[in-house]
Amino acid sequence: MAGGHRADFKNPVVKWVDERLPIFTMVKAEYGVFPTPKNFNYFWNFGAIAMVMLTIMIVTGITLAMHYAAHNAHAFDSVERIMRDVNYGWLIRYVHANGASFFFVAVYIHIFRGMYYGSYKRPRELLWMFGVLIFLLMMGTAFMGYVLPWGQMSFWGAQVITNFFSAIPLVGEGIVEWLRGGFSIANPTLNRFFALHYLLPFVIVGVVVLHVWALHVTGSNNPLGIDVKGPQDTVPFNPYYTIKDTFGLIVFLAIYAIFVFFLPNTLGHPDNYIPANPLVTPAHIVPEWYFLPFYAILRAFTFGVNIYIALGLLCAAFAMWPIFAAKDKNEINFKMVSIAFAVAGLFCLLGYFSQYELASGDMALALPASAAFVSAKLCGVLAMFGAVAILFVLPFLDSHPVRSAVFRPWFKIAVLLLVADFFVLMLCGAKPAEGFWVPLSQVAMLYYMAFFIVVIPLLSKIEPVADLPDSIHQAVTGNHKSSVSS
Amino acid sequence: MKYFLILTAITLLASGPTFAAEGGHSTPELPNVDWSFEGVTGHYNKGSLQRGLKVYRNVCSACHGLKRVYFRNLEALGYNEAQIKAIAAEYTITDGPNDEGEMFERAGRPSDRFPEPYPNENAAKYANNGALPPDLSLITKARAGGADYIYGLMVGYEEAPADIDLLPGQYYNEYMPGHVISMPPPLSDGMVAYEDGAAETVEQYAKDVSNFLTYAAEPELEQRKRMGIKVVLFLIAFAAVMFAVKKRVWKNIH
Amino acid sequence: MTTSEKPENEEKSSRRDFLYLTAASMGAVAIGSVAWPLVDQMNPAKDTLALASTEVDLTPVEAGQAITVMWRGAPVFIRHRTTEEIMEARKVDVAELRDPQTDEERVKKEQWLVMVGICTHLGCVPLGQKPSDVKGEYGGWFCPCHGSHYDTSGRIRKGPAPKNLVVPEYEFTTDTTVRIG
Repeated sequence: MAGGHRADFKNPVVKWVDERLPIFTMVKAEYGVFPTPKNFNYFWNFGAIAMVMLTIMIVTGITLAMHYAAHNAHAFDSVERIMRDVNYGWLIRYVHANGASFFFVAVYIHIFRGMYYGSYKRPRELLWMFGVLIFLLMMGTAFMGYVLPWGQMSFWGAQVITNFFSAIPLVGEGIVEWLRGGFSIANPTLNRFFALHYLLPFVIVGVVVLHVWALHVTGSNNPLGIDVKGPQDTVPFNPYYTIKDTFGLIVFLAIYAIFVFFLPNTLGHPDNYIPANPLVTPAHIVPEWYFLPFYAILRAFTFGVNIYIALGLLCAAFAMWPIFAAKDKNEINFKMVSIAFAVAGLFCLLGYFSQYELASGDMALALPASAAFVSAKLCGVLAMFGAVAILFVLPFLDSHPVRSAVFRPWFKIAVLLLVADFFVLMLCGAKPAEGFWVPLSQVAMLYYMAFFIVVIPLLSKIEPVADLPDSIHQAVTGNHKSSVSS
Repeated sequence: MKYFLILTAITLLASGPTFAAEGGHSTPELPNVDWSFEGVTGHYNKGSLQRGLKVYRNVCSACHGLKRVYFRNLEALGYNEAQIKAIAAEYTITDGPNDEGEMFERAGRPSDRFPEPYPNENAAKYANNGALPPDLSLITKARAGGADYIYGLMVGYEEAPADIDLLPGQYYNEYMPGHVISMPPPLSDGMVAYEDGAAETVEQYAKDVSNFLTYAAEPELEQRKRMGIKVVLFLIAFAAVMFAVKKRVWKNIH
Repeated sequence: MTTSEKPENEEKSSRRDFLYLTAASMGAVAIGSVAWPLVDQMNPAKDTLALASTEVDLTPVEAGQAITVMWRGAPVFIRHRTTEEIMEARKVDVAELRDPQTDEERVKKEQWLVMVGICTHLGCVPLGQKPSDVKGEYGGWFCPCHGSHYDTSGRIRKGPAPKNLVVPEYEFTTDTTVRIG
């Protein structure tokens, strides 16, 4: 680092600083002349937008912390004082509260873009994994932030979420008490959540630095998913993408502003304007919208793992084994795989219905040992965390050589179905867990899991490899496709 | 791909209200009152706020607190400093302790909050057959439906249908979730005298008090919406300029 | 041919400059407007400002007695001075004082002395309000921290303090009611 190439700066102050600390050289290299594929579409705006949202959250968060009192007797009142008496306090709080939602909007679109265009694939696996880590940290930060106003949803949300850990055998109860700092959600819980809510965003900043660093080692992916071949494929980051990102950012901020100024509580819940009361549970405990799909996965487990489901899972693993092991589709005996999947499905259905039967007392099938040995609660918790954790290994589940869904029609259908599935889960999470919504959430949960564990590995082996354009430049100039608009 | 982005945005916008409007699925649709504070250019009707304050003071305040509202806030209702002082002075505030360690009573000042009707929650419950009359400072934000819900509750008292058995001290209200409410019908025609000629009916009282309670919950509403118009228009103009800049910068790239 | 193209190019580039300038100034406006709420939120809030002035009823304070009221988070001394105390304060030769001020400059009604009860040395609260307190060598107030003596007009007479006790902004709204601030 000490020596190295220095950019030539005219400004003597900049030059003086840069000779001693080459920060301007770095900025120029990474954000000025950095060669960037010239065929990005507007989905590529959301990384920069997410970065701006993180900044907005940190700045408004620090100002709110100047007025907030992290004590269960004062927290709600101090938030109301911010809303009523602090200069522009209402503005800063609404920007922060809605900012959490819009940060998640940006990040979910960013994640979708990464999946659709295969940005998680070699050589960007680590870049993707840092991204998933940021997402995980965001979820923790958002959850703890929602507890701070100490309204009814804050309190009961914290109650439910910390209770997840009680599903862990043997040590669960101990972990719950450790998390809460007591036998129930109380002042110690609020205090530690505030401390961590203040800390974690800076950890996120650290991981963002690694994420961007990794990005600048490999360079950006692009809608075609093919590698950059030379200078004719790229443009300098500045001004081309600084300007384009700014345009996208302002459109995004305009939509965000509509919520802040005209619909500030639409994404929130009325119950959170009732001060926390440990004696009264709200009629429906609903998390914030960005957690709903994962909440639906948690609640989809009205059943646990009994001997039949265990056998079904074993068959499924048996069916998947040749798929993972095979080098190409000629090595897979599809007849065997189909039979194994069919048997797996039958066992799982048997295990599922036998538990319903056991619960209802109607013993038409009267199967022995149909009781679950892994409880529904533990299954739900594991599946919910698993739904996020599985994103970490996505780069290793998908071995198909083509990145972009533009050239993978089968994968394209599967990933768009996943998006639809995500919205179905979101809707299920918002509805009370009864009637039609329960089986719907179970089917949606099944597809979410199957997408990663079955569909992606299977497509890796069986989806035909399409002819790819020779270069970005050739694709953009020679053959104008609507999906690769610049 | 672009249609997909639009689809996502529409789904999100459409689903937002669905998530927020949980909890009232067993109650009939709330009356949709045309409030002056609704919409992009929403503002408070000062006459209605003043009448609503009078309804609160004469009726609701017997059981419900308004502890997050200060007398000084009444400036937004159109009162001047002398009028606010006079209103505040009509209340007795417990202050202290004094030099002898005793709590003492004094007349209210603009910097005081509306005093609470009961010394603590248990006293409030004891006086109301175990039901706690909620503080009204945030009530329109704390209930799905907001002002429409408060209005509905005020006008929604009815004879209970034959299949519902009410215990003593319970009442039937069309808009209460579950229909059973412990609050007796608070309003009746003519019970509060208006000086400005507005109708002295339950409907008018309900409208005025809902207006006032919306102000109590969202005192920043007018400033917020006025600022919002400026910010959103500015951002749209800025986006248009940036779009032109982007087109210009990218003109020669193929 | 080249001559006919030139003005067109210049026109184009000036239009481009105008566009960039507009964009840049809009960006500056945006950043400026965002900055102000973030700065202003640190100013005193409305509830703090509502307590910026306080009204005190002086009816129960007899001559020779004093009361302390809290104002903007600091004690304010209000003393109902006796005739002797007033006489004593007025016979002092102003020229000899460390911080020359006549007693008339320090009061609005001669029997009522209103001052912020914070020693001008290092911010302690001087003694002298209660009858049992040490009042210092000049019969006014005595700061126990570093031994500053104030007279019956609250002027510094002896000890390390550089200034007289500060007289806040106040006015008599009636004969017996004073509004401080």
